[in-house]
Amino acid sequence: MDLSIFLQQLVNGTSLGSMYALIAIGYTMVYGVLRLINFAHGDIMMVGAFVTYFVYQTSGSFTLAVLAGILASVLVGVLTDKIAYKPLRDAPKISLLITAIGISFFLENLFNVLFGGVPRAFKAPEMLTKVLHWGSIYLPVTVIIIPIVTVTILIAVLWVLYRTKYGMAIRALAFDIPTVKLMGVNADTIIALVFALGSALAAVGGVFYAVSYPSIDPLMGVIVGLKAFAAAVLGGIGSVTGAVLGGFILGFTEIMVVAVFPELGGYKDAFAFFFLILVLLFRPTGIMGEDLERSRF
Amino acid sequence: MSEPLLEVRNVTMKFGGVTAIDDLSFKVEKGQIYGLIGPNGAGKTTIFNIITGNYLPTEGQILFDGQDITGTKPHKVVDKGIARTFQNIRLFKSMTVLENVLIGFHDRIRYSYLEAILRFPRFHTYERRIRAEAMGLLEEFGIASFADTNATALSYGNQRKVEIARALATQPRLLLLDEPAAGMNPIETEDLSRIIHKIKADYDLTVLLIEHDMKFVNAMCDRVTVLDYGEKIFEGPPAEAIVDERVISAYLGEFSNA
Amino acid sequence: MRNAIIKLLLIIAAVLLIGWANRHYDSYTLSILNNIGIFAILALSYNLINGVTGQFSLEPNGFVAIGAYFTALFLLPADAKTDMFALVDPAPLVLSMHAGFIPAVISGGIAAMFIALLLSFPVFRVRGDYLAIVTLGFGFIIRIFALNNPAYTNGAMGLNDIPSTADFLWIGITALITFVVMLHIVYSRYGRAMKAVRDDEDAATAMGINTFKIKTIAFMTSAFFEGVGGGLLASFLTTITPDQFSFLLTFQLLIIIVLGGLGSMSGTLLATILVMGSMEWLRFLDDDMVIFGWHTGAHPGMRMVVFSILLIIMMLFARKGLFGDKELPELLREKFRKKGEQ
Repeated sequence: MDLSIFLQQLVNGTSLGSMYALIAIGYTMVYGVLRLINFAHGDIMMVGAFVTYFVYQTSGSFTLAVLAGILASVLVGVLTDKIAYKPLRDAPKISLLITAIGISFFLENLFNVLFGGVPRAFKAPEMLTKVLHWGSIYLPVTVIIIPIVTVTILIAVLWVLYRTKYGMAIRALAFDIPTVKLMGVNADTIIALVFALGSALAAVGGVFYAVSYPSIDPLMGVIVGLKAFAAAVLGGIGSVTGAVLGGFILGFTEIMVVAVFPELGGYKDAFAFFFLILVLLFRPTGIMGEDLERSRF
Repeated sequence: MSEPLLEVRNVTMKFGGVTAIDDLSFKVEKGQIYGLIGPNGAGKTTIFNIITGNYLPTEGQILFDGQDITGTKPHKVVDKGIARTFQNIRLFKSMTVLENVLIGFHDRIRYSYLEAILRFPRFHTYERRIRAEAMGLLEEFGIASFADTNATALSYGNQRKVEIARALATQPRLLLLDEPAAGMNPIETEDLSRIIHKIKADYDLTVLLIEHDMKFVNAMCDRVTVLDYGEKIFEGPPAEAIVDERVISAYLGEFSNA
Repeated sequence: MRNAIIKLLLIIAAVLLIGWANRHYDSYTLSILNNIGIFAILALSYNLINGVTGQFSLEPNGFVAIGAYFTALFLLPADAKTDMFALVDPAPLVLSMHAGFIPAVISGGIAAMFIALLLSFPVFRVRGDYLAIVTLGFGFIIRIFALNNPAYTNGAMGLNDIPSTADFLWIGITALITFVVMLHIVYSRYGRAMKAVRDDEDAATAMGINTFKIKTIAFMTSAFFEGVGGGLLASFLTTITPDQFSFLLTFQLLIIIVLGGLGSMSGTLLATILVMGSMEWLRFLDDDMVIFGWHTGAHPGMRMVVFSILLIIMMLFARKGLFGDKELPELLREKFRKKGEQ
């Protein structure tokens, strides 16, 4: 592989990794506070992408559309928690997981019924779809914008988590709920905040996905969601920085493996799965993870 | 002096930067009722979790009957002859009292999966035998009439009995009891100490118990170790423990904090 | 002894009933019965890992696919495969696969069981609900593999003209065997250990139960019967494609076991009939409906919207389903005892 192609793939990998990272954060934070694999997370991303698509079509303003998409995802995320997860806080874990899969399937089928299963072309504003080229390197503007926006957002999220009262409460909650209750912080508010933040990031990830792919359909969240979850486990479930790292590693690997071994292209969507299996076999706590599952007597 | 059945040798346990147990050693001799006491947060349950293999100690060894069992998997520790109860009674909540005790026989039943599926004679032989044995245990504890009742529907004192019966079903040589008298009224406590003495004699047991209540310990134990913040501050007969200055101040410290 | 005789009589009666139905009913009724029978096999085995052992898993579609492909490849004659494989020639291994009906179906079960064993190592050695996500992923991976290996699977075109040996006699009796086997497992030291793992894993370990082993046994057993169910499905449908084994299949089974009661085999049997029946009955939801002269238009997927809402409502308000984790005789006994006390 010559250098220019390598650079091009590096940028592509960063861009793909950014999307995974943004979605993985939601998984890892919800898992951190509720020990729940939120199966609906990928579908919440899908909702964000769909709303962005429709608002952009009707209003013509991309900024407005993205904001509406984020708002819709946040709403669906927080409502899911309020209606479906909160009543089950003290129920057996399996009930919570079944409800999560129910929500996921509900969103997928609802959007399928409302808008049909045929993929819709996502036409982004021209300034995003331009392709730059230097010599033999061709780069769509998106692959440059996406990592820049992502890194900005990530810095903001980390600042919230490590420098604000709410962020510290989220992190405290990830380790032991009773302590937080004692501290006088309302655990339910913090959990709602986690869902809001995770869903907002997922919506941004969804928009990036829609712009680069460029199409959307009601099942778009399934595979991307699975991959982002694998990224979260790779980074160490419960750790936000881990999720980001895992997302980038997965993005790079996907792009690079296909670039070096084109014959494996058909298996692109399977890499994340093997990553997941390998991590669980050899380092279940992931790269940055703490052992959240040690039994407490 | 008889052989120690259990020896905790220079055990240290650290969680992250926090030292929960600091260089602890003690020996439990065969046939003793040994007490591990100390204020809340002294590291008593941590020691149980180390003995049962749930935690791997940062340093030190656990010897059982002269054999090093440090790092043995928890279910294998049971096979070696160590059974435990939990501080906050943990019965199998979907099961009846009898079924709870039957679980204790799990490793003593020798029919295979296929023999169970095809209902070979061995299946029936074993099932009949352990049911009879389990009922015997329940009778001994005076709770046989509750055999078909859901375990969690029983009174607190009776649930504690089911938990001990369940542990006995694994045929232990060493029984670990984590605050057996917690939450019991005086009558239940007395009943419990009578039962512990009886099963100790009947099953040739050695008992290591964690307790908070000094009075109970004084009445039960042959020897005690007192822990405070993970360190041993006293070892000897319980009668001496209650007059020991360091023990008193550790307990007083707790009361004044509370 | 008395119980054994009652059990034997019930089994004989069930076999006679299945045989009678197989002769008596027309092909439409039989196709519904066959569907119910196959779903019963799948749901009963799915309930063993989810309900009895309490390990949330989303595997059925993957294991059913494995069973269906293995059985189909064993049943199809070599020249039929050569004719059918349009994209590439069948691999030599595929051409050499040939077996009678029973070994073909069992091979599907064994293949699924083997995969379950492999998946057990990453998911059961660590705590957490990784089984769910790994099995969910596995369902997708299987499809990717089927599409990318046309020499073994004929790619997206799938396999056609699979010999249709599986009639209601085969399917009904397999369902009966599955039911009896599941009950025998539940009422043995293995079933008790599975329930113990579900109720309290730490306490189960403290009773000397090797929880990894018990979970793996339960998972492999589920996989075996799902593979067998897949094999019967392939022979019953005579055509299989990768898209047939989507998550929808798993979701239907999940509804069934939740409705029947997680951990209750008799509940699962009853729920299979109810859910399969209402799936048929609710078919109108997907079609064009006229409400006060207003056409709703055809909405494929509407039924699934309804069923997913139903699942969520059940989880929120009726978590125990029809039978909870009890079997029918236990429930009756409890009821009579309560009456006796009054």
